[in-house]
This record gives sequence, structure tokens and C-alpha cells, in this order.
Amino acid sequence: MNQFSVMLAQGHQRRRSSRRTVNAVMLALTGLLTLLALIPLFWIIGYVFYRGGKAINLDFFIHTPTPLGVPGGGVLHAIEGTLIISLISSILAIPPGILAAFYAARHPNTPLGVALRFSTDMLSGVPSIVVGLFVYALIVVPQKHFSALAGGVALAILMLPIITRTTEEMLKLVPGTLREASLGLGAPEWKTSLSVVFPAALDGIITGFLLGIARAAGETAPLLFTALGNERFDLGRMIQSGVQSHQSIFQVIGRILNQPVDSLPLTLYKYAQQPYPERVEQSWAVALVLLILVLLVNIIARLWIELRARRLRG
Amino acid sequence: MNSNIAIQTVEKTTAEVRGMKVEVKDLSVFYGKFQALAEINVDIREQMITAIIGPSGCGKSTLLRSFNRMNDLTPSAHIQGKITLDSEDIYAPGMDVVDVRRRVGMVFQRPNPFPKSIYDNVAYGPRLYGVRRHSDLDALVEHSLKQAALWEEVKDKLHQSGMSLSGGQQQRLCIARALAVQPEVVLMDEPASALDPISTLRIEELMQELKKDYTIIIVTHNMQQAARVSDYTAMMMIDEQRAGRMIEYDQTNIIFTRPKDKRTEDYVTGRFG
Repeated sequence: MNQFSVMLAQGHQRRRSSRRTVNAVMLALTGLLTLLALIPLFWIIGYVFYRGGKAINLDFFIHTPTPLGVPGGGVLHAIEGTLIISLISSILAIPPGILAAFYAARHPNTPLGVALRFSTDMLSGVPSIVVGLFVYALIVVPQKHFSALAGGVALAILMLPIITRTTEEMLKLVPGTLREASLGLGAPEWKTSLSVVFPAALDGIITGFLLGIARAAGETAPLLFTALGNERFDLGRMIQSGVQSHQSIFQVIGRILNQPVDSLPLTLYKYAQQPYPERVEQSWAVALVLLILVLLVNIIARLWIELRARRLRG
Repeated sequence: MNSNIAIQTVEKTTAEVRGMKVEVKDLSVFYGKFQALAEINVDIREQMITAIIGPSGCGKSTLLRSFNRMNDLTPSAHIQGKITLDSEDIYAPGMDVVDVRRRVGMVFQRPNPFPKSIYDNVAYGPRLYGVRRHSDLDALVEHSLKQAALWEEVKDKLHQSGMSLSGGQQQRLCIARALAVQPEVVLMDEPASALDPISTLRIEELMQELKKDYTIIIVTHNMQQAARVSDYTAMMMIDEQRAGRMIEYDQTNIIFTRPKDKRTEDYVTGRFG
């Protein structure tokens, strides 16, 4: 033992007890704060299940609303509306999102690639109500009426950055040697992207859709001045009357797109403001349905991403 | 140990001289301003295995990737000099890069099967070139998998994913995929470095089998492997400007027993690198 090791040993002895105390305190503190951070989530989930569970039943899913005072009735119109708006926004956002992601993944350092990444980041930061206002000016004002189409466009703008970024990340995870193997066989670039890179990234890309749809389906603000809401919307009756009057499928679709529709978050927003206990009760049930829907889609998507990343790494 | 290798290689290389398949004349490769390869000259003999050895970063892979114009994929890369395949300049303006890549196939360091079935992996190349009839494809897939010594192991599960195979099997699948487009030259970039010893041995045996029909060029870090499998060996090293140069090229038994260059001797005897 030289003089330095004696010096260090003494210091070590002196510090040991205080170090242990600090360690224990910090560990307890971080654990406690972690619990605290988890409380809001479980509180929300628990309370929504508690309040919403009471008003929920089968009728709630298969009937349109009854007039106030008439018992029964459900929110089928809002479920239909949510599906219609989500479908429109998926059709509008998915193809350009994927194509843009292919470009960004292949040419990340070109001016266009940098601009694309920058603008998707900016777009995902734009408040959703601003997007709603934009689509209001773009579609609702010239058309002079609210519509499912306008709602779908607004949500498509919100989905676009999510789909582009997730797809891009998934494409980047595909090993470069896979591309080279295909190009090395003499395949052109487009063929390589389409039949090797895209399938390899496919389940990741689907995850991106799911996350985008989950985000869009939960939005209220952009729908306030686009889809507006429509309590008397009835998809079944519209199709029925279309068939009876021998309209073509495009005419029926056109009529559906041109009407204002409701969505689950919109219905929740409106019911919760009404002074009638049964409406408030129903708004809790709507919250429950929406929560389950969004949570499910999110959980599936994140599990999928995790499994996939592990498989590609391993 | 070294004398063992020497004896093996002397037996193997019967010094029979074959025609030149690929000729490299004064080849230099640049990435932007950086020169990766300087004035490489090497003639690759038909139906022989040529090994390219040398320390890490000396440009072995760059040279290998020049043979099927894979360097074209790096936007900043350009070349000077000439590479000919059967006396045709593969970098000539009229030359079709797709044709070059069909005739010069490539097997990579890590097995990289496509995320498709075993069958579709092998059929991928032929389909690119317009083979559509099921009977033709079936025959071609079977033939290629047999050539790659994989048929017996996979014939009952052709429609399972290529990813479900073991590492060694995946690499043989990649070899079958490369062979399916009927190449003349097969490039192998450290094809066994990610494999266990048994799988490595199988790949090496396979190479001996394949050289009856193909010209094979292999990059390897493994000196024993170069000595075991190759007929000719090219030794590369970087110069002061960090450009890769070929310092010696000869029959493998000569490179490993009486190299002319001191640096080659130091390298193959394990004194550095």
C-alpha cells in the first residue's frame, strides 16, 4: 500500500455512509415521481370506465340518437361519421405520405429531402385548430357548406406528417445490403423499392397508418368548422334511398361526402355541454368508446413497432 | 502451420493457365476527391478462384464492387482506367449496367435473403429477366438450389420464408439467388465471415464445386481461407495517400510460400494486419 492508496481508502470510508443515504433518497424520489406521472393516465382511464360503463349498452352502438326525453338511442351516426372521415383522410394521406417517405429515405441530404423532413416536422407541430381553420377557408367557404369531405381533408393534413415520418423511419431500418442484393441482380431502382424494400418495411408502415388514424380519430378541433356535426346523419338510410331511386354508387358516395357528419369526439364535445343529465351520461359513454378505440390502436401499433425493431436488430 | 497451408495449396494449384475472364487496367476509383484505389492492374482467370487479401480499409471491397459496377450506386464515385469482361469494357458508354450485373453476380458479407419465400428469393432474378412460365421457374429454382448445395435441406419447404433458415443456409440461399440469373463471374465479399466454422467449410467446399462453371473472385480477411480455396491471390495495401494499391498478384502457393514483396510476406505470416 502506497500513500495514495491509503489516502483513497480513508476518503472512501468517510464518504461511504453519506453516499448510501443520498442514493436511497434519490431512488425513493424518482420512484415516487414516476408513480405520480402515472396517476393521471390511470385516473382518466379508471374514471371514464366508471362513468361511461353505466350508460353503455348494445343500443348505444346500433341506434341513431333519439329525441331528448325519449329513452334509448345511441351514437351510431357518430361511429359512422368517424369511420367515414377516417377513411377519407386515410385515402388522401397514405399515398403521398408513403411516396414522400420513400424519397426522404433514399435522398435524405438533397435540398428537397431536407425541406421535406423540415416541413413534416413543422406540420406535425401546427395546432390542429389552425388546420381546421385552413380547410374551412379552403373548402367550406367556397362550397358554402360543411361536409364530411372537408373533415377528411383536415384530418388528412394532420395524419400526413405522422405517416411520412414513421414510414421513413421504417424504410431506413431495412438493411442497405437488401437493396444492394436486388440491384446487384440487375433490378432497377423502382423495382427494388417496390418488391424488396417496401415488403420488408410493410408491417412498420402499417403501424404508421394506425398511429396516424388513432391521432386523427381522436381530434375534435379541426372538425368544428369542417365536418361540423350532424345528429340526423344516417348512413343506412342514405344508401337505402340511393338504391331505391336507382342512383349510381358514385352519386351515393358524393351525397355522403357532401353532408356534414358527426364524429365521436364531436359528439362528446356537444353532449357534454348540454344541460340534460341523459346527454351528459351518454357523453361519458362516448368518451369510453373513443378511449378504448384509440388506446387499442395505439397499443397494437406500438407493440408492432417494438417487435419489428427487435427482429430487424436481432 | 504455414508449411501445411503451403502444401495444400501446391497440391491444389496445378498452375494450369486458363483464359482471362476479367482484366483490370490502371483502375483508379475516387469517392469525390478521395482516391480509394490507385492504378490497379490484375487479370482474373476463367474458372479459377481469385482471392483478394489485405488489411482492413485497403480497398478490397471497393475493387470487388467495381467488377459489377456496384460503385455506381455511390453518387460521388467515379473511375479511371478500364475493366473488361471477355474483352468488353464494362464501363463503356454503350454498356448496359443491368447486363453487367447479370453476368457478374454478387454474394455479400452477411446473408441477406429477401423477406420472401425461399422459392421467390431464387426466382427473383429470373423473373426480372422475364422468365414467367411456372415450369421454367420451378426447374431453374431447383437447379440453382442444387448448385448451391441447399436443395436437399429446403425442397420440402420452398414456400417458407428465406429468413427462417440458419445463417449458413441463408448464405447458400443467397448464392443460389445469385446463380439463378446464370452469371459468368461470382463476386463474394467475405462470404463466410458471419458464419460458424462448419457453415464456413460448407461454403468453401461449395466454391470448389462452383469454380467448374464460374469464375469466382473472393474478398477475405481470413488468410487460411484464401490459402485453402483460391488459385490466385491478390495482395492489397494502402499507400501514404490512403489509396489502395495492389502490391502483389500471383498464384496462391507462391504468395503464401515465396512472396516477392516483403509486405506480403509479413502479412501472410501474420506479422501484422
